[in-house]
Amino acid sequence: MSARDEILAKVRSALDGVEPAYAVPPAPRVPDRGDLAALFVERVEDYRAVVTRCAAPDLAGVVAQVLDGARAVVPPGLDLDLPGAVTDDGFTAYELDRFDAVVTRARVGIAETGTIVLDHAPDQGRRAISLVPDLHVCIVDAGQVVADVPDAIALLDPARPLTWISGPSATSDIELDRVEGVHGPRTLHVVLVS
Amino acid sequence: MSGTFVGMPAFPTAAREALGDTQLRRNLAHATRTIRDKRAKVVAEVEEWEELRLAGAGVKEAALRDLATHLETLEDSLTRAGATVHWARDAEEACAIVASVTKAQGADEVVKVKSMATQEIGLNEALEADGIAAWETDLAELIVQLGEDLPSHILVPAIHRNRAEIREIFRRRMGAVGRPAPDGLSDEPAALAGAAREHLREKFLRAKVAVSGANFAVADTGTLVVVESEGNGRMCLTLPEVLISVVGIEKVVATWADLDPMLRLLPRSSTGERMNPYTSTWSGVTPGDGPQEVHVVLLDNGRTRALADDVGRQALRCIRCSACLNVCPVYERVGGHAYGSVYPGPIGAILNPLLNGVTDPQTASLPYASTLCGACFEVCPVRIDIPSVLVDQRAAVVDSHRDDRIPKPEAVAMKGAAWTFSSARRLARAEQASGLAGRVLGRFSRTTLPGGQAAAGRLPGPAAGWTSARDLPAPPAESFRAWWLRTNGGTDGGQDGGGS
Repeated sequence: MSARDEILAKVRSALDGVEPAYAVPPAPRVPDRGDLAALFVERVEDYRAVVTRCAAPDLAGVVAQVLDGARAVVPPGLDLDLPGAVTDDGFTAYELDRFDAVVTRARVGIAETGTIVLDHAPDQGRRAISLVPDLHVCIVDAGQVVADVPDAIALLDPARPLTWISGPSATSDIELDRVEGVHGPRTLHVVLVS
Repeated sequence: MSGTFVGMPAFPTAAREALGDTQLRRNLAHATRTIRDKRAKVVAEVEEWEELRLAGAGVKEAALRDLATHLETLEDSLTRAGATVHWARDAEEACAIVASVTKAQGADEVVKVKSMATQEIGLNEALEADGIAAWETDLAELIVQLGEDLPSHILVPAIHRNRAEIREIFRRRMGAVGRPAPDGLSDEPAALAGAAREHLREKFLRAKVAVSGANFAVADTGTLVVVESEGNGRMCLTLPEVLISVVGIEKVVATWADLDPMLRLLPRSSTGERMNPYTSTWSGVTPGDGPQEVHVVLLDNGRTRALADDVGRQALRCIRCSACLNVCPVYERVGGHAYGSVYPGPIGAILNPLLNGVTDPQTASLPYASTLCGACFEVCPVRIDIPSVLVDQRAAVVDSHRDDRIPKPEAVAMKGAAWTFSSARRLARAEQASGLAGRVLGRFSRTTLPGGQAAAGRLPGPAAGWTSARDLPAPPAESFRAWWLRTNGGTDGGQDGGGS
C-alpha cells in the first residue's frame, strides 16, 4: 500500500464513528472604529515604521524625498516618475542586494492591525524585489484601507502569492526584547495617499 | 550539528537538574513574564476574544473531523497549482524525501525556515548523515544550532539563553560555518541581530534549495501559509529555485476564509502582537516569481494515532503559539529541556504521549508534569482543554501497566484501598487504626498545617517520595462515621471529636 493510501486509510479508521459535519461558529467583527485611515497610520507607526501622508499630485515628489538619492529598484507597473530608479528586469538575488531601496504599491491595508498586503501584481513586482533591499517605500491609497483581517481576506486572491507586512523586519528572540531589523527591510516607509 | 532529545531522562529527574540552574531560572522568569504581559495587553484589546477563540477552535475541529476529505482536496489543489505532493508515514520517510529532492538538484546545502515539523522528524541530523548541510535561519534556531544546543521553547527556542551567552556563541562559532561575527561584537540585542543578518545573507543569496514547514494549509485553494517575524522566512520562500515544505496533516483548514480567525488569534497569542511582521502565502508555483519547483510533504508521524483518541484528538488543533508554555508555572521553573522533546510545556505533555504512546518511561512521565491549574486552557487560542487530556493520559499510563508482572506500589495501594472500602466492617477497622495512628503522629508531629491541624512527618518506605515534597495531615483521631454513631448524627451535641 502506498504511503498516501495508508495514511488516508488510517485517518478514516481513526475517525470511525465521528460525525464529519461540524458547524463552525462565525468569527466576530470588530466594532466601527471611525476614521480607518487615521487608525491605519497609528497602528503602522506602532511597529516603528515611518508613515507620510500626502495628496495624489505630490506623490512623486514625496517618494523622491524619502529615497533621498538611494539607489532604488521599482516594479515595472509602478507608474510613477522617479528619476534614477531602475525598473526590475529579473535581477538575480545578488544584483538585488546592491540596491538600497525598493518602491512598490500595495493591494490592501488593514487598519486594525496596521498591516499592508502585497499581492505582487505588476505595480508591486515579484516577491524578491520588496525583500532584499534595506528600505521599502510602500505606497498605499487611502481607499485601499479596510477595517480588519476578514475584510482583507475577502478581497485577496489566494492563487496569487501574498506578503503581509506589519512594520519592519523584527525579532524578539533575544530575551524577548523586540529589535527591529533582521533579514527583511530594516526600514519600512509607508506613504498614504488621499 | 544540534543535539537530539534521544536518551533524555524522565521528567522528574530532568526537572530536578533544571531547577538547580539559577541562571536558567532567571532567564526563563524574565522572558515568560515579558511575553505574558505583552499577550495580555493585545488580547484585552479584542472585545470578543472568547467568540474569536470559539471560531478558531471550530475551524480546526471541523477540519479534523473530516480530515481525509480535506487532505484529498488539498492534494488536488496543490497539484493543479503546480506543486508536487509527497506523503510520509513517519520521520524516516519524510527525511528521505527531502534528501532525495535536494540531491536531485545537485545541492549539498539547504536553508531552513523555523519549523516544528522538521525538528520533530530530526531532519537536520538526517540530512547531515546524507552529506547535506541544513542552515537554520531563524535567529533563535541559529543560536541553538551554533551552540550545539537543544530548543527549549516552541516560539523562542533559545529562551534559556541570555544576551551575554548568545554573544559568546556567535563569537566562538560563526566563523567555523561562514561569515564570522564582527570584531568587538557587543551583547546589545540589535548588534546581535545585525551579526546574524550579515552571517546569513550570503547563505540566502546562494541557496538553491529551501526547506520550510507551514502554519496552515488551505485545502480548497492549495495555499500554504508561513507566519514569521524576521524575514528569514520570506528569504527562504522567495529566493531559492526549489522549495520543500514539510507539513503535518493536522495543519489543514478547509477554506481560504477559515484563515480569518486563525490569523487574528495566532500573533496575539504567540508574540503578543496585533500582527506578526511577515506572513507569506503561496499556492504552488507562480511563473516568474519565487521557486519554480515546489514540493509539499504531508506528514503523519503519529498524528493518525492522536486522531483516533476521542479525548486527545483536540490536541491536533494546536497552532504552536506557545501561550500555554508562557503561563505554565511548571514550564516557567524547569524550562523546555526537561520535557525531553521539541514540544515542551503543557502542549508537549499531551502531544508527545498522543503521538508516540506511553510505552517508554520518559513519555509516560510527561502527563504528570503539571499541577492541573488550568492556566493553559484559559489562554489557548483554539481552546484545547489540556488539563482534561492530561488526566486522560495519566489514565493511559496506568492502563499500560495493568498487565505488569510486578505491580507498581501505587497499584498495590489502590487494590488494598478497594478491598477495604468494599466492606463496612473492614472500613471501620481501618478507621480505628488510622485514628490511633493519628493520635500517635499528632503527638510526635513538629509541623502544624494552616488551621492548626497537626501534620504527619515523613512516611517510610514507598510513601516517602510523596511526603518528601508535601505535608500529610495527621489522620483525625475520630472518623466521621464514628462521630455520627456517637452523637446520633450530631443531634446529641458533642461537637468535638473525642481523643486528643
